[in-house]
Amino acid sequence: MRLKLEARPEPSRLMGYLSPLLAALLTIVAGFVLFTVLGKNPLQAFHTFFIHPIRDLNGVAELLLKASPLMLIGVGLACGYRANVWNIGAEGQLTLGAICAGGVALAYHGEESKLLLAPMFFAGALGGMLWSAIPALLRTRFNTNEILVSLMLVYVAGLLLSWLVHGPWRDPDGFNFPQSKQFSDGALYPILVEGTRLNLGFPIALAVVAMGYVFLNRSFLGFQLRVAGLAPAAARYAGFNASRMVWLGMLIGGACAGIAGMGEVAGPIGQLLPSVSPGYGFAAIIVAFVGRLHPVGILLASLLMSLLYLGGEAAQMGLALPSAITGLFQGLLLFFLLGSDVFINYRLRAVRPAVTPAAAALPV
Amino acid sequence: MSGVVPRIELRAITKRYPSVVANSDVSLTAFPGEIHAVLGENGAGKSTLMKVIYGVVKPDAGQVLWEGKPVVVHNPAHARELGIGMVFQHFSLFETLNVVENVALGLSGEPPLRPLAQRIAEVSQKYGLPVDPRRSVHSLSVGERQRVEIIRCLLVNPRLLIMDEPTSVLTPQAVRKLFETLRQLAGEGCTILYISHKLDEIQALCTNATVLRGGRVTGHCDPRKETPQSMARMMIGKDLPHPQRVAGTPGEARLVLADLTQKSPDPFGVRLDDVNLTVHAGEIVGIAGVSGNGQQELLSAISGEVPVRDRKAVVLCGVNAGRMRPGKRRRLGFCFVPEERLGRGAVPQMSLADNALLTAHRYGYVRRGLIRFAKIAAFAQTCIAEFAVKCGGPQAEAGSLSGGNLQKFIVGREILLKPKVLVVAQPTWGVDVGAAAFIRQKILDLRNDGVAILVLSEELDELFEVSDRLAVLAKGKLSPVKAIRDTNVEEIGVWMSGMWPGAAGAAPAHVSERHAPQA
Repeated sequence: MRLKLEARPEPSRLMGYLSPLLAALLTIVAGFVLFTVLGKNPLQAFHTFFIHPIRDLNGVAELLLKASPLMLIGVGLACGYRANVWNIGAEGQLTLGAICAGGVALAYHGEESKLLLAPMFFAGALGGMLWSAIPALLRTRFNTNEILVSLMLVYVAGLLLSWLVHGPWRDPDGFNFPQSKQFSDGALYPILVEGTRLNLGFPIALAVVAMGYVFLNRSFLGFQLRVAGLAPAAARYAGFNASRMVWLGMLIGGACAGIAGMGEVAGPIGQLLPSVSPGYGFAAIIVAFVGRLHPVGILLASLLMSLLYLGGEAAQMGLALPSAITGLFQGLLLFFLLGSDVFINYRLRAVRPAVTPAAAALPV
Repeated sequence: MSGVVPRIELRAITKRYPSVVANSDVSLTAFPGEIHAVLGENGAGKSTLMKVIYGVVKPDAGQVLWEGKPVVVHNPAHARELGIGMVFQHFSLFETLNVVENVALGLSGEPPLRPLAQRIAEVSQKYGLPVDPRRSVHSLSVGERQRVEIIRCLLVNPRLLIMDEPTSVLTPQAVRKLFETLRQLAGEGCTILYISHKLDEIQALCTNATVLRGGRVTGHCDPRKETPQSMARMMIGKDLPHPQRVAGTPGEARLVLADLTQKSPDPFGVRLDDVNLTVHAGEIVGIAGVSGNGQQELLSAISGEVPVRDRKAVVLCGVNAGRMRPGKRRRLGFCFVPEERLGRGAVPQMSLADNALLTAHRYGYVRRGLIRFAKIAAFAQTCIAEFAVKCGGPQAEAGSLSGGNLQKFIVGREILLKPKVLVVAQPTWGVDVGAAAFIRQKILDLRNDGVAILVLSEELDELFEVSDRLAVLAKGKLSPVKAIRDTNVEEIGVWMSGMWPGAAGAAPAHVSERHAPQA
């Protein structure tokens, strides 16, 4: 008897939903093994990693605060991914969003009215779109691979931000630290729950997720994106404009990432620093896939991913583990998800070694 | 033939796939020198059975006897060692290599090319299969490519040759040449398994037939003693239906191609050369020809998937449409059924309702950017009911339908959009006989309602059944258009190789008008 992977006659819907749960479970099991090997008490480690961070209101607020950019970017990326537009440069688009929104905040430094948030919001979205327009243009004009271009632009964006905070936008009263002035009150998202850092960015992210749901599942434009992703020849046959789909997929992803970047500098950070994101743009790719490119799934996946960030921080403090632990768990999750996804299209079957048909009927 | 050992004997072969039983308890015996037909509709299990013999597919049960001894054919290389050759329906040749190089790739080791070219020339001489070993494959016609595949098999002196639907890509004249070669081979003692669903060919060639339906053997017969009707009954379980046509009067010109010249975006594609054609309201114009002679290029130039530089080269309902994209052309009343159902005519992973939306969205199924789900599902339901599509309803995935049912749905969708001009490519390709007759009837009905229809097909019988006028597309050039009553299969067959009167380099065999008279 041996096991054989056999193609399913049609993809399993059930496995499509089960696969992320299975992946999460396997991640926990692997984490258990990992903690044991590192010589930590696994139960205590798990408590530190997954329970401790959300034990009180402040913890839950932090969870939602970190989930906000993840769901925002995840939904934006999903729009592109549905159309086979592989934008993996959301981190750079986030950075550009932060730069543009931060530029507005600095230009109107001292402004106390919250109305300043509106131009910052649009500047953030535009910045992200601008950055994602580069790969879109190169792909539609010269058939350049958008995966490479969008990824490389992440580092360009990072250097641009670094130059700004080291140079022209450096706070003159900042003791030469590479950072901008602290934004004035008008440039900061209002806090939702007193005593926590949870701010207006969270309801905005939720609203974008809801809009993403309507767009992807109810709108004709979303339908066109899905057709372009599933069957490009059918999209051409039906008269959908292929380069418009690329532009749309890229720009939506860029806008969402830019808004997330604006949310970071107008939220927990409150100024421009050499780095404005702990890799939200990359983690959101995992969020989008764990969430099955579906807005509701992405909402749930962003909470899980956010917990991994918090757990990683808690593990650094409570268990004296290196910060790489966060990336490690993210990687495990993606790895197990891709592994489980095989079972959407295949199933395991036990096969007995076949009796040679000829042997049974040999002439005596 | 008692006493003679059968060349090949299959005993109770069964092969199951996850969703279908391809062969169930199939037995077949063929003797040396016999041309044995394996007859059946698409999906009857012919190809699976042949793949079992050739070692591509392992049977779940049953046994194969080769010259009286039980064998397990492990893989195609093993099959070739035994002396089994197979010519597939879809060729496996590298376009950028020449004939010798392609043949060498199929042989074991690294045969020196010069003697091999010599051998190829000898074999091609002996069996009347002219082909130049030094030519690049991309410059060969489909018929010539088939010859390369056959020669490749003959080089190893096979004792069993399997031919999978070999004539679907050939002109009637080329079919006759092929039959001569096959008879010569059989005369030398080679056994030939001939897979087809074309009854007249099997009657002309084969001395024995095994008929399959739904994966089971439904009969053995001697085709020479049967009528096409009796064999059709064995093959499809009932009589062949025939579409009805009535005389009609064509109206105004709806689709005009004027000096359409277009380079193919595919480096191995065919350049359209000065194509002129007019299709009137209420008539069906057929275009015959073997695929790969500019059919894809012509279709995408008409549909707008590859727009044309000259806006006057394509005129739809009086509007210069050459530069328009597909969406704009559809707004003029243009509908189109492409050759590829999955991935072009329909998205396999989407529901039938979504697939209806694919081209129906212009007709009020989208409001303020949002899809009207109930309305489009109702449209899909109408299509399913009117065109007798067997499926689980509007929410069934397109990919879960059989080829024939999906084709009925796509044709139905385009017809229900009330086109002024309908272009249909290979309307019944890979479709079972019953569904094919149904689709042809619907196309004829649409013509009677005054729609201008253009049909491209490789099946000459089909074109003669539905068309009012007929032309041939060969090497990117369009032949004169002839009324169906003024021509015949023989003449169209000659034209399919590009030899029509007035064609460059062709000796005019008949004198005919440049354009057929229009009624």
